Amino acid sequence: MQSLQFAAPTSLAEAAALLGGSDNPKVLAGGTDLLVQMKLGLREPALVVDIKRIPELGEVSLGADGLRLGAAVPGAEVTANADIAALYPGFVEALGLIGSTQVQGRCSPGGNLCNSSPAADSVPAMIACGAQCNIYGPNGMRSVPVEAFNTGPGRNCLAADEILVSLEFPRPAARSADAYLRFIPRTEMDIAVAGAAVALTLDDAGVCTAARVAIGAVAPTALLVPAAAEALVGSKLDDAALAAVAEAASAAANPISDKRGTAEYRRKVVGVLARRAALIAQSRAQAEE
Amino acid sequence: MTSDMTVKTQFRHVGSRPVRPDGLDKVTGRARYGADMNLQGQLYGHIIRSPHAHARIKSIDFSEALKVPGVLATMSGADLPEPGEALIPGAEIEMKLKNVSPVIMARDKVLYHSHAVAAVAATSPRIAAEAAKLVKVEYEVLPAVLDMHAALAEDAPLLHDDNFTVGIDPPPEKPSNVSVQIEMAKGDLEAGFAAADVVIERTVNVPMCHQAYIEPHACVAKADEKGRIDIWCTTQGPFVVRLLVAEITGIPQKDIKVTASEIGGGFGGKTTVYIEPVAAVLAKKSGRPVKIVMSREEVFRASGPVSDSETRVKIGAKKDGTITAIDSDMIMNTGAYSASAMFAGVLFGTAPYTAENIRSKGREVLTNLPRVWAYRAPGAPQALTAVECVVSELAAAIGMDPIEFRLKNAVQEGDVPLYGMPFSAVGLKECLQAAKDHPNYQAALGENQGRGVACAFWINAGMQSSASIHVTPDGGISVMTGSPDIGGSRASMALMAAEVLGVPVETVHPAVVDTDSIGFCDGTGGSRTTLATGGAVIQAAEKLVEELRRRAAAAWSVSIDDVAWLDGKAVERCGVGIDELIEGTSPVKDGAKVLTLAEIALTAGATGGPLTAVASLHAHNSAPSFAVNVCDVEVDPETGKVDVLRFTCAQDAGKAIHPAYVEGQMQGGAVQGIGWALNEEYLFNADGVLDNAGFLDYRIPVASDLPMIDTVIVEVPNPLHPYGVRGVGEVSICPPMPAVVSAVNNAAGTLLYDLPMSPPKLLAAIDAG
Amino acid sequence: MTTQKKLHISTTLNGEPCEFLCEPGQILSDVLRNTLNLTGTKEGCTTGDCGACSVMLDDALVCSCLVLAAEAEGKSIETVEGVGHEGQLHPVQEKLLEHAALQCGICTPGIVVAAKALLEKNPDPSEEETRYWLAGNLCRCTGYDKIIRAVMDAGATMRGE
Repeated sequence: MQSLQFAAPTSLAEAAALLGGSDNPKVLAGGTDLLVQMKLGLREPALVVDIKRIPELGEVSLGADGLRLGAAVPGAEVTANADIAALYPGFVEALGLIGSTQVQGRCSPGGNLCNSSPAADSVPAMIACGAQCNIYGPNGMRSVPVEAFNTGPGRNCLAADEILVSLEFPRPAARSADAYLRFIPRTEMDIAVAGAAVALTLDDAGVCTAARVAIGAVAPTALLVPAAAEALVGSKLDDAALAAVAEAASAAANPISDKRGTAEYRRKVVGVLARRAALIAQSRAQAEE
Repeated sequence: MTSDMTVKTQFRHVGSRPVRPDGLDKVTGRARYGADMNLQGQLYGHIIRSPHAHARIKSIDFSEALKVPGVLATMSGADLPEPGEALIPGAEIEMKLKNVSPVIMARDKVLYHSHAVAAVAATSPRIAAEAAKLVKVEYEVLPAVLDMHAALAEDAPLLHDDNFTVGIDPPPEKPSNVSVQIEMAKGDLEAGFAAADVVIERTVNVPMCHQAYIEPHACVAKADEKGRIDIWCTTQGPFVVRLLVAEITGIPQKDIKVTASEIGGGFGGKTTVYIEPVAAVLAKKSGRPVKIVMSREEVFRASGPVSDSETRVKIGAKKDGTITAIDSDMIMNTGAYSASAMFAGVLFGTAPYTAENIRSKGREVLTNLPRVWAYRAPGAPQALTAVECVVSELAAAIGMDPIEFRLKNAVQEGDVPLYGMPFSAVGLKECLQAAKDHPNYQAALGENQGRGVACAFWINAGMQSSASIHVTPDGGISVMTGSPDIGGSRASMALMAAEVLGVPVETVHPAVVDTDSIGFCDGTGGSRTTLATGGAVIQAAEKLVEELRRRAAAAWSVSIDDVAWLDGKAVERCGVGIDELIEGTSPVKDGAKVLTLAEIALTAGATGGPLTAVASLHAHNSAPSFAVNVCDVEVDPETGKVDVLRFTCAQDAGKAIHPAYVEGQMQGGAVQGIGWALNEEYLFNADGVLDNAGFLDYRIPVASDLPMIDTVIVEVPNPLHPYGVRGVGEVSICPPMPAVVSAVNNAAGTLLYDLPMSPPKLLAAIDAG
Repeated sequence: MTTQKKLHISTTLNGEPCEFLCEPGQILSDVLRNTLNLTGTKEGCTTGDCGACSVMLDDALVCSCLVLAAEAEGKSIETVEGVGHEGQLHPVQEKLLEHAALQCGICTPGIVVAAKALLEKNPDPSEEETRYWLAGNLCRCTGYDKIIRAVMDAGATMRGE
């Protein structure tokens, strides 16, 4: 057994240096995935780098341009922030769905993204919102859209010495809203069997002028589904448009069968969720007068 | 106790709801459970488990592990005596040691994934775990059978080549994977079905599940220089642990003391041993105390889960609602060794009904899965689920209300069930009526909603118990038993002692003590503790009252017959009859002498010595319980998700000693049954590896899954018990599964009998129309 | 096999200064139970699924099995042992006893800590809010009915009703 080291750096540069200097490092944010994986013997890092003492990782900044959310901000802090919930209700719901109240005290949007599970709840919601990842590395900052961050189950685009610093959400246009729904067998404490997020903008007449639809737990990574968005744009979310959204979401899904559900089930349910989420987003956008 | 005894009906304490005596320790975190004990110099045991579902053990090499600094002992099956064919003497149920010992440590073959193969003890849990990885076990992998149908196939690989099915005449000459089979019948089945207007036949599958107690198994064992073993562990039965550790390790029972910790749930799963014999052997070999705590993953993989079953049930009824015949055929999975409760399923599945023509068959099947163990009313939920689902369908088919249908066929006093013992007074009809009268049953249902009803039976156990009572010099009462308190039994012991002694319940201090400090007690199981251990407490308290009267009589130089015991005091009768005094029809005479319990206690040293009383009994006065559940659900037709909207339990408790804890048993059993019906199941992969060995994917109900669980305590006193008590802990898990299944099928328009009714399965059934 | 050099961690535990040594990979529940002998914090799974190890870490309700003990440096920890004691029980503890809302009691310390956190954040939770807040505290014995009633009743007591 290799000896495990622990470090809690207070700057990005220090953290990147620690990560670059170890042959088997892991970043610790909320730990709600990492410590479980270590317990079950799935990961045996040589170095655990707690990044919660780095100021940028805990930053919450809501302004005219939108929201910048430190990657390690705990879920409970975000869900308690009424201003964020008013602008990004679907994302906040999705983040709040991760685990128990106890997990909410620790889990973070950055951790949810970097764990790179296809079933991560907040990821489809961030994709629907058009969020960008701000990544720090030895060569400075770079930015990638959330939908491009994960490359497969447990895999993402971060280099060994890179750190996800924050997530940048554009400010939604007027008469816009988002929604996220997931399916789990119980009411809490499960991993999503399927998930769908919809963000949309309506015009004065209630016609959808822009939309983004993302689905989770039905493919190796969360997916942006342009065909589902196209089904919404130009419609008032009539039955035909909703059926087309469901169909597009199901068609985009490429699920597996496992202990949480069959591929057939996931494919069908993700369409149902996309349709229902679209209706919730619509009613939220309409309420925004 | 005789059948013409009077059952007490007026109580001062029994039936009240005092705060439980152990409650304060539990809400403050002071209560000490299995893993909360640490001894100076203790080592930590780690068990090495099989990566294969079926394999021959070719060799075990500890040499590398022993080189690790801090590793002080190792063991394997070779350290345990050869079990032979002997039955375990004095066990609660008939068990061969060869079906128990190899569960603790495999011998020759491993028969399921995670089967214990060897163990190491080291100075820290981390060193023990690392050293365990260095133990080299060489296996010859064998083909495995991972479900009952595969095991029943003609050419199936055999788990035990010496297993010849018991219960076949003449005995078979070929070994098989059927350990035992049974057929019970009465009446004329063919004539019964011929007389029926409607016959329905279904096959109902109930999945393998787990008791899912929150506290993992944990123990600490130490051995002294003379070889005497002292074990602290979480268990439903410290005397069971003493017996099994002795049988498995060869250490005599007289050299073993077992102290039961507070127990964090068991539900039947802690009525046996897994780690205690290992800790005892490692402690003996190392000379140091050894602590073993199972991980949650180990608990799921390698303790005793609960049999899955497949039951084909065919029932016929006349249009007037009379059930004319019941035919049931069950196969029940026992895992790697014979241990299932198949007999109970065969015997009890039809017990609620008066039907004259019944046949019930069962086979117990061996598979390369963990050896199953008891779970709350073992065997009955599986059998009753099958029967009750068909009964509900039959009622609907003849257009009769499902409760009316059951009332028409319900057993009562004098009826003789398939297992042959005539019922004394039982409360099935009363429970059915209570359910029918409950607002739940009258409430309107909306779209996609459905209601299910089911009733159930459990036999309840009596068995052996001991109690002792001591009085402190200032009149406090210590009540000791050997029955671990798993659901509030200390509260009921205190109430029963207070009732007999006429003292405030707060002055009674009940305790569960170690096996050296009290006479033998069978385990807390079979819903027997309040009845049997409570019976011992009542008898001991009665003896104490007699002794207190004797002391007062001596003090007053009168005959003991002239002393009555009233409200915690000795009172001189002065000619008034004892019954009149007790019933209050005649007052205590002016000037009659009085001595309080505390006054007698204070002078006990001068009047004959300390005040103590002991009672031991073998209770033959248990009586069955019946229960009825009503369940309302809503089904999402697009996802197959089931929401339980409302749930009501009516159950015959005989007499509820502490009604709040009776309700707790009803509610807890209901929710376990709901979980089993909807989401709980063991999922094995193609290699026999459990795929959901954690609370994340072994999905027990969480708080937000449920409504309040309404309860109606029905009290039809057990005529054989002085207070009318019946067991309450187990029958509660029997009706919820069929109630949920019927409710879901009624809501969704499906006939799904393949449990659990998980969303993918239910949606497929809905979509199949 | 290497012995791991321990880290020296300074915290505030149940209102008192507390320093301890821990291995870098040691989880907080292990240190609380086995180093500091505060066994009121229970371990039912050590994977964050059962809630029996619930503690407060600064202002956050967390599973102490999902926290590295080393992370607690400079932080404040409150365990069940810090919630109330004989003669001065917290209303949640009082009401759990009064409602007979425990059977085996292994989940109770976690429920006490979690319910106290709920009522501090939301003094008047609905039944649904209470159920969802406590969804991460598994109880296998009670069916939750009496627990939910007890917590809501404790809220009423704290509101002076």
